[in-house]
Amino acid sequence: MAELIAKSPCDGLLPATIGGMSLTEEHPGAMWAIAPFNGQLKVLGKALEAAHGMAFPAPNRATGKAGSRAVWFGRDMALLMGPAPDAGLAKHAALTDQSDAWAVVRLEGQGAEDVLARLVPVDLRPQVFKRGHTARTELKHMMASVTRTGPQSFQIMVFRSMAKTLVHDLKTAMEAVAARG
Amino acid sequence: MRITCPLCGERDRREFYYKGAALVRPAEGADLDAWHEYVNLRENPAGPLDELWYHEMGCNSWLKVTRDTATHEILAVQLASEAGLGGEK
Amino acid sequence: MRLPGKGLNQGAKPITFAFNGRHMMGLEGDTLAAALLANDVHLVGRSFKYHRPRGVLTAGSEEPNALVTIGTGGQQDPNVRATQQELFEGLEARSQNCWPSVERDVMAVNDLAAPFFGAGFYYKTFMWPAAFWEKVYEPMIRNAAGLGALSGEADQDRYEKAFAFCDVLVIGSGPAGLMAALTAGRAGADVILCEEDSRMGGRLLAEREEIGGKPGHEWAAEVLAELEAMDNVRLMTRTAVTGAYDQGTYGALERVSHHLPRRHSLKSSHLPRECFWRIAAKHAVLAAGAIERPVAFRNNDRPGIMMAGAVRAYLNRWGVAPGERVTVFANNDQAHRTARDLHDAGVHIAAVIDSRHEAPDGGPYQVIKGAQVCGSAGRQRVESITVRSVKGEEKIQTDCLAMSGGWNPSVHLTCHLNSRPVWNREALAFVPSVGAVPGMVTAGACNGIFSTAGALREGAEAAGKVLEALDLKPAAADLPEAEDDPYRIAALWAVPGKGRAWLDFQNDVTVKDVKQAATENFRSVEHMKRYTTQGMATDQGKNSNVAALAVLADATGRTIPETGTTTFRPPFVPVSIGAMGAGATDEGFKPQRFLTSHGESHTRGAHQLEVGLWYRAAYFPKQGETNWRQSCDREVTTVRKAVGICDVSTLGKIDIQGPDAGKFLDFLYTNTFSTLKVGKVRYGLMLREDGFVMDDGTTARLGENHFVMTTTTAAAGQVMAHMEFVSQALYPEWDVRFTSVTEQWAQFAVAGPKSRQLLDGLLDDDVNGETWPFMGCGEATVLGVKGRLFRISFSGEHAYEVAVPARYGESLYRELLKRAEAMGGGAYGMEALNVLRIEKGLITHAEINGTVTAFDLGLQGMMSKKKDFLGKAMAAREGLMAEDRMRMVGLKPAGAAKEITAGAHLFTPGDPVERIYDQGYVTSAGYSPALGLPIGLAFLKEGPDRIGETVRLVDHMRGVDTLCEVVSPVFFDPEGDRARG
Repeated sequence: MAELIAKSPCDGLLPATIGGMSLTEEHPGAMWAIAPFNGQLKVLGKALEAAHGMAFPAPNRATGKAGSRAVWFGRDMALLMGPAPDAGLAKHAALTDQSDAWAVVRLEGQGAEDVLARLVPVDLRPQVFKRGHTARTELKHMMASVTRTGPQSFQIMVFRSMAKTLVHDLKTAMEAVAARG
Repeated sequence: MRITCPLCGERDRREFYYKGAALVRPAEGADLDAWHEYVNLRENPAGPLDELWYHEMGCNSWLKVTRDTATHEILAVQLASEAGLGGEK
Repeated sequence: MRLPGKGLNQGAKPITFAFNGRHMMGLEGDTLAAALLANDVHLVGRSFKYHRPRGVLTAGSEEPNALVTIGTGGQQDPNVRATQQELFEGLEARSQNCWPSVERDVMAVNDLAAPFFGAGFYYKTFMWPAAFWEKVYEPMIRNAAGLGALSGEADQDRYEKAFAFCDVLVIGSGPAGLMAALTAGRAGADVILCEEDSRMGGRLLAEREEIGGKPGHEWAAEVLAELEAMDNVRLMTRTAVTGAYDQGTYGALERVSHHLPRRHSLKSSHLPRECFWRIAAKHAVLAAGAIERPVAFRNNDRPGIMMAGAVRAYLNRWGVAPGERVTVFANNDQAHRTARDLHDAGVHIAAVIDSRHEAPDGGPYQVIKGAQVCGSAGRQRVESITVRSVKGEEKIQTDCLAMSGGWNPSVHLTCHLNSRPVWNREALAFVPSVGAVPGMVTAGACNGIFSTAGALREGAEAAGKVLEALDLKPAAADLPEAEDDPYRIAALWAVPGKGRAWLDFQNDVTVKDVKQAATENFRSVEHMKRYTTQGMATDQGKNSNVAALAVLADATGRTIPETGTTTFRPPFVPVSIGAMGAGATDEGFKPQRFLTSHGESHTRGAHQLEVGLWYRAAYFPKQGETNWRQSCDREVTTVRKAVGICDVSTLGKIDIQGPDAGKFLDFLYTNTFSTLKVGKVRYGLMLREDGFVMDDGTTARLGENHFVMTTTTAAAGQVMAHMEFVSQALYPEWDVRFTSVTEQWAQFAVAGPKSRQLLDGLLDDDVNGETWPFMGCGEATVLGVKGRLFRISFSGEHAYEVAVPARYGESLYRELLKRAEAMGGGAYGMEALNVLRIEKGLITHAEINGTVTAFDLGLQGMMSKKKDFLGKAMAAREGLMAEDRMRMVGLKPAGAAKEITAGAHLFTPGDPVERIYDQGYVTSAGYSPALGLPIGLAFLKEGPDRIGETVRLVDHMRGVDTLCEVVSPVFFDPEGDRARG
C-alpha cells in the first residue's frame, strides 16, 4: 500500500545563515488552538496546569518552555505547542488541531531585532518585549505571531501557505541588516 | 496613527481595519425605518465619533474607538464585546 | 579655495571626483558643494525658468540652486543637493537644466524673454484655442517642466522601511538637541537622536563660539561620545525627520548609502539606498534649528552670492573660503561673524554692508552702516556689487557676497498636525505655537532663541519637561557657559529698486512677481503661492517663504501676521518614491500563498492563476494541445466521463465549536443549521445586514457542538471578520468559539463517475452509498492518516472532497493523480472547474457581486420564515423582491454557435444599444463540451419569466454582438441524478 509522506512548511527553503544570524525551521510537534468557553478560563487554567504543567497565558505572554509551550494567540485563545492537548480540556475549551496550519521559524543572532524592525510594526526592544513575551501582529502584510524565546532569538509564525514569502522577506531584511555591518 | 487595543496594547493603525460608525443594532422585529437608520444613515460630526475598528492583524478583537475626527485624538477604546452594540434581544 | 590649517577635516584623505566630466580633488568629509567651492567652481547649475547661472547658496538641505544629477541609467538620482551629497572616491556629478553645457546653455535665451514670463504666464498664455491644449501646450509644458530628469529605466537600487520606538525623539543635533538628548539620556529615557547631516553638531560645526571654554565642536564631540556609550540612546545620522503624524508617529528618511561608491562587493549590494523610518515616540524634542534667509535685491542670484552662515560653515567646518575678496550684507549682528572669521583666516573683507545705522563696528575692515546692496554684476560669477548709502551709490569689487536677512526658525514639523506658527516681533520670525503637536516640545533656534547659551538652556528645559511626563528625574547638571549674545535685527526683506530681485531661487520667483500677484488680486498667501509658484519647488520655499509673504504684506498693506503663512506639509525634505514604496516590488509586493499541490502541478506544466493571494492551477496542458480551451475541454470531459482531481484547499474553512454553535449558524445563514444531522453537510447562504448576499458555501456537522464551515476563496477573510463581529459585538453571550482551519487541511475534490472507485482502497473504510451518502461527511482514514471526507459536488458529478493534514497534501495529491490517471482521469484546473459549475448553474463571486439578493439568484426559498437571521429585515424590502429585478438565468446561442462573454450586456432585440435600455449582463461564460455550445450565466430583468425568449448580447470591449436564447441556469443534468447516484 502506498504511504503518505509528510512535508514541513519550509521544506527546501531553510536553514539560512546571514551575517551571524541564523534562520531555521522549527518543528514544534503538535499545535492546538485552545479557546476557553464562556466562564471557563479559570477551570481550564487549572486543567492545563495539571495536564501539561503550564498556566494559560495572559494576553501577550507565553508560558511553559521550549518543547512544551502555550502561546497567547489572540482574543480568547492560546496555542499549545508540543504536546497534543489532554482530552479532558475539551470540556472547558474548543480544541482545534493547527499542527499543519502554521510555518514556524526561529530567527537568532546579533541583529535579529533589527531584522524584525524592518518587517514588524511592534515595539520589540528587549526592555519592552522580554523573553516569554509574544505578539499577534503583522509581518509585512502577513498575519503573524512573534515570540521572544531568548535574548537574541525569536519564534515567528505565519500561515503555512506563506512560508516562501516569510523566508523571502526575512532573508531580504537579514541581508540588508548584515550589509550595514 | 496609533490605537491602544485593550488586549494587545498600543499598535500602529496598519494592524486595524476600519468599519465605520459604532451603532446599536435594532431589535428583531424593529420597523424598517430603524433598520434604514442602522444600515444607511450616518452622522458626520467634526468632533468625537464612536467607530468600529477590527484588530485584524492582531488579536481579532472588534473595538469601539471614540475618536475626534477634527484632531484625530483617540478619546477611548473599548472591546466591542463590552459595548452593548447588540441592542435589545 | 582651501585654506591650509582651517576646518575640522585636518588631515582628511584626499578624494578624486568629477563634475561635468572635469576631475578634481576633494577631502573625505566634504560635501560636493564644499569640494566644488574648494576648487573655485561656483557655477553649478541653471535655474528652472530663466536658466540663470546659479551657484551654491547654502550649506544644508534647504539648498535651492546647487542641484545635480548623480549616477546613470537605473541608478540615476536627479535633483541631488550638492550641499548634502558627501564626497566619495569616483563620484561623478552633472549639472542639470542646461544644454549643451552649464557654461553655454541654449535655453538661457529665456532670461532675455523674462518680461513675458512673469507670474501667471502659464495661466494667461495656455488658455486658447482649446484644441491646442492636448497637442501643443501640454507637450510644451511637460518639456519645460522639472529640473533634473529621470533616466526612464527601472530603479535598480534597494530601499527599505523600518520601525523604531523610543521615549524621546530628539530632532536635530545642534546645541539644543545635544543638550536635550544628554539630559534625557542621563536620566535613563530611551532616546533616539536624529540628524539629517552626516555629522552631529549642527551649527556648532560651523561656528567658532566656545562652549565651556572649548570650541563648540569639541564640546559636541564629548557629548556625542557620552551619548554613544549609553545603551538607551540611539544616534541616527543622515536621517531627516520628514513628518509629524498622529499619536506620536514620526516619519524619517535615512540616506543609507548615498555617500558610498556604487560598484560593489556582494555585501554592499544588499545595502539599501535609503530607509524610511516610522518612529513611534512617546515624546519629541524639536531642535531643528533655523534657516537663514536671503535678502531680495537686483540680481541677488549670481553664483558667489551666498548665505552668510553658509560661508562660515564652509570656512570653519571644511576650511574652504568661497572667495578671495568677500563682502558681507546683513541686517543683524550675527552675520558680522562671517567677516570676523574670514578676516581671522586671512581672507580679505572688502566691506560689510549693514542696513542698520546702529550696526556694530566689527574688526579692522570697512563697515558701511545704514546701507544696502542694490545690485550685482558679473557673468557666471559675481564680480561686483552696488552699494547704496547716504553717500550715494558705489561699486565694490567682490567675488563673494555673504548675505543675511536674519533666520527663520524651522517650524515645519510643528505645523504638520494643522497648527499655525505665530509671529514674533522681536525675532522678526514665525515661531511654533505652544502645544502644536501633542507630546512635542520645541527648543533652541527653531523656537526663535538664537544664542548658543539659549539653545543649551532650552534643550535642557525641554528634556526636563519630557522627563517629568515620563516620571523620570533629570540628573542635576550645570549648563556649560556659552555665548549669549542678543539677536539684534532690523527688518529688511527686499531692497527697493528696479530690476529683478529674487525671492524663490529654485522656481525663479521675484519680488515683482509677488507684487504682480497682489495687483491682480491674488492677495491670500495661498493664492499668491499658487499664482507665482513661490515655495512650490523641491525646497518647498525654505529660503523664500517668509520674505515672499513680507513682500505680499507690504504690497497689500497688511502686517505679516495678518498675511499669515502657507501650510507646511510633510515631507520636510524630498522623499523618493523608492523609499516610500520600499520592499513593495517584485515578490515583496504582496504575500504569495502556495498550495501543497503547487510543486506537483508546476512540474506538470500547469498554468497558474492568481486568486487573491493564492496561486492555483488554471489548466494542465497535454502534448499536442495548443491553447487553453483544448486543455479545458479535455479536463471537463474527463470529469464528466471518468474522474478528475482538483485542489480546493483555498476555500475558507472555519472550525466552529460550542454549545451555541447551532444557534450562531442559524443567525449567520438564511437557512437553518441547528437541525442538521451529525455527519451531514448543508449548503448555506449568508447575507449582509443590508439584505444582499455576502457569501455562500457548505457547512458540515462533525459533532453535536462541532461544525466546519466552508466559505468561498474570495470571501474567506471577510466572512471571518463578519463572524467575529456577530460573535463579539452582537451576541457576546453566546457560547461559541471558532477559528480558521483553512491552512490545516489540504483538501482535494475527487469528481466524476469513477470517483468512488478511485477512493476504493485509499480509505480504510468501505466507501459506498450507505456509508457515504450524498451530502454526508465524517472522519476517514486516508492511507493510514486521519483525515476527513465530504461527499459534496461542485461539478454536478458523483464527487467527494478528501482532506488530510497539510503536511501530507503533496503526497496525497500525487497519489490521487496516479490513481485517476490509471482509470482514464487526471488533474483539472480552475478553468475546467468553472465550466463544470456553470453547466450546473452554481454560483461564485462572479454572481455574488454585492448587488444581488437571494431572490435574484432564485434562492428566496432559502430565507427561513421560522427564525431570525442577519439581513432578514432589510432583505424583505419590497424593492429587493421585485419581479423586474435583474435575476439569474442561463444563456445559450440562438442559432449558430457564437461567442458568449462575461461582462457583455443584454438588450431586447430591436431596442437601441443604450444604457437606459439595458436589460442585464453576463457574469460567467464558458464553452460546454457536453452541450457543444458556449453557455453563460446572466442577470436579466424578469429573467426567469423570459425563458425561451431571445435577447441581444453586446460586448463592446471584445466586439461581440449576437443573439442568445434565455434558458434555465442549470444546463446539465437538471435532475441532479449524477451527483446523488
